[in-house]
Amino acid sequence: MVKEIERAGIAVVHICTVTPISLTVGANRIVPAVAIPHPLGNPKLSEKEEFSLRKKLVEKALSALATPVSEQTVFED
Amino acid sequence: MDEKRIVLYINQFFGQIGGEDMAHIEPQSHDKPIGPGVGLSNLLPKNCTIVGTIICGDSYFNENLEEASATVGKMIKDFNPDLVIAGPAFNAGRYGMACGTVGKIAHDMGIPAVSGMYIENPGVESYRQYLYIVETTNSAAGMRTALPAIAKLAGKVVNGEPMGTPTEEGYLSRGIRKNVFAEKRGSDRAVDMLLKKLAGEEFETEYPIPLFDRVEPAAAIPELSKVTVALVTSGGIVPKGNPDRIEASSASHYGKYSIEGLEGLTSEGFQTAHGGYDPVYANEAPNRVMPVDALRALEKEGKIGKLFPYFYATVGNGTSVANAVKFATEIAHELVNEGVQAVILTST
Repeated sequence: MVKEIERAGIAVVHICTVTPISLTVGANRIVPAVAIPHPLGNPKLSEKEEFSLRKKLVEKALSALATPVSEQTVFED
Repeated sequence: MDEKRIVLYINQFFGQIGGEDMAHIEPQSHDKPIGPGVGLSNLLPKNCTIVGTIICGDSYFNENLEEASATVGKMIKDFNPDLVIAGPAFNAGRYGMACGTVGKIAHDMGIPAVSGMYIENPGVESYRQYLYIVETTNSAAGMRTALPAIAKLAGKVVNGEPMGTPTEEGYLSRGIRKNVFAEKRGSDRAVDMLLKKLAGEEFETEYPIPLFDRVEPAAAIPELSKVTVALVTSGGIVPKGNPDRIEASSASHYGKYSIEGLEGLTSEGFQTAHGGYDPVYANEAPNRVMPVDALRALEKEGKIGKLFPYFYATVGNGTSVANAVKFATEIAHELVNEGVQAVILTST
């Protein structure tokens, strides 16, 4: 899906936990997520902490969109 | 023939421990055949014994790749096997990645490995060079045909019998080139092939052209504060009750849902329709998969221009590549027409 959206000329960032799959399907901007059943959250945290974790991940995804890349890139910490 | 020792790797489901609620379990080792191993034991050549079964949760393996690999590697070593069988994983993505990794671990230890997967399983593309992967159907309904094929190939490999081409033996091409003596020279074979082609007859190429379908990365967005960002997910987030009845696996369609005026996704309004991961956390707080609350906050702060008032969702669980391509092409077409310049796609 990521690839087809990018093919249409839209910049896309893939937030996912299993980054090797994302690399296989051809995503170019990849942001590793927290866990498979809760990629953008952590049920062990308080609601407030969890929101701030999620916001940080989304901000990282946005900064990936703002970063020029020439090949598949996993945006690690 | 010498006695041969075989170790089996399977996930929590085939290990009879549990479903998605048990996908987090760490590797465990048992000194007997379990699950598909019982059937395999009867199908393998007489000199082969399944001496152990290693079971690991699919989520644990994929979320903790390094630790899981180290532990499973040690467990394999302790059994001192002549061959490792992993799966079959059919079209289960996380399971296929785990089986592929196990194949690579065995390969690095000098032990051959055999698995079974559907051709679209991401484990095929990532690990095919490290192990023999028998082509299976896309669901476990194909177990009855998969096991005899795996047993036959495994027997050949472990007993060092000559291995034929992927087509002859029924495994997926490993991308390995092997020198063989042909009866006719290349120019003769090429002309034969051409004549068959001209006559409209079946012929088999000796070198299939590899298909590299890569898309160039889109240009970076200099000013996100001026663009509309849309959210798309393969994590199955849908309005409560799943009004479009998106399938829990092998999705045949996607949904488009309004988030206009919403500060975030609540458990009262939304849920997941995905059948391939433990739904508890997503149902409790759908923002954990579809981060509407965070995007809304960033919209208010002016970090993005606007959040597109709809999100798109499907279930990426055994969904065919052809369907995923179709969904995304339609979604992208619509987004381009709406002037959306950036997409955040989340996957579970």
